[in-house]
Amino acid sequence: MNIIEIKGITKYYGDVKALDNVTFTMEMGKIYGLLGRNGAGKTTLLNLITNRIFPTEGEISIDGGSVYENDKMLRNIFYMTEKNLYPGDEKLKNIFKWTRQFYPSFDIDYAKGLAEKFGLNINKKVKDLSTGYTSIFKAVAALASNTGIIIFDEPILGLDANHRDMLYKEMLANYNHNPRTVIISTHLIEEVAQVLEEVVIIKEGKLVLKQSVEDLLSGAYCVTGEASKVDRYIEDRKHVGDEKIGNIKTVIVLEDIRNKDKVLAGELELELSGVQLQKLFIALTN
Amino acid sequence: MFLDFDSERPIYLQIAEAIEDNIIRGIFEEESQVISTTEISVKYKINPATAGKGVKLLVDEGILYKKRGVGMFVCAGAKKTILKKRRENFCQGFILPLIDEASKLGITKEEIIDMIEGSFKNEYH
Repeated sequence: MNIIEIKGITKYYGDVKALDNVTFTMEMGKIYGLLGRNGAGKTTLLNLITNRIFPTEGEISIDGGSVYENDKMLRNIFYMTEKNLYPGDEKLKNIFKWTRQFYPSFDIDYAKGLAEKFGLNINKKVKDLSTGYTSIFKAVAALASNTGIIIFDEPILGLDANHRDMLYKEMLANYNHNPRTVIISTHLIEEVAQVLEEVVIIKEGKLVLKQSVEDLLSGAYCVTGEASKVDRYIEDRKHVGDEKIGNIKTVIVLEDIRNKDKVLAGELELELSGVQLQKLFIALTN
Repeated sequence: MFLDFDSERPIYLQIAEAIEDNIIRGIFEEESQVISTTEISVKYKINPATAGKGVKLLVDEGILYKKRGVGMFVCAGAKKTILKKRRENFCQGFILPLIDEASKLGITKEEIIDMIEGSFKNEYH
């Protein structure tokens, strides 16, 4: 089933609180985006899910069983870390063989096929790879892991536009072929917005929201117009992300787009438009 | 098939409309197979749940049907169904916004009618 339950997780590093009483659940077979600004606690959370560090308080379980030193469960989670943790002197093809030792579901032929598509030479050593190809190598290993849960932490670091395009397509082809739980943590939100089914947004160690992308985007819209008129429109409406250029103001109204008041907007000569995930993210995490 | 990710219109609706457009234009013929949810997902880099929702909408409206283990096909009479629906929406979707914009700009009814007639002449003669 692979339901991930994060219950009341708090994590301190010394005196620094990295995560503060975070609780949410991830269901099986969905692609999640884990979004947050630098230092929000994303990687800490991923390290906790994969039992690389331990929570100060709270518990993480998968299908009801704790992840704490649970090897059988951890073999079903592949974690592509942002940092390169592979030994520099080892050849890529040997690392594929090792990976299979730890992850019995790892598909070496698929990994080799992907490497060829991306132009990744598996006879090279890890230390001889560029930043972009290090990312590609790690992502290929993750995709080929064939585990029930795959976590990508900043998978597209250093990739050019063509390789990013290819990687998103391979991720989706892989997921379409074999639906599993995928967690993508990234800064490049706009690119990945449509790939995600749900997003988890954290800010300063706290959970801001967990929602489907569709609900999130249909629960907000932009209003633009003369500042005083925009202010009249938003008087009784929840709003974020005010921006002003000269006398023109844009705000994001947090209400269902079906409830927008077209008549009032018409009277006040305001433009109503959709909101992009990235814009909403910035407004919610500022 | 063009999808505008910046648009306010949900992506699944855009997918449904794009498939409909292709049926109207005869690119997807009745009783022939259309692009699969997986193909839409990979080609346009969108979540398969979104692609599936767009396709399901057309299945519910009797425009597409599923052949088990083969894929999605265009229903017989789909083109007629779409044209009927689109014609019913034409006034709401195109004429009313046109009148709205015209009144904002101070364009009169007579001027609109002149413009429409002029445009028809330019287009067809």
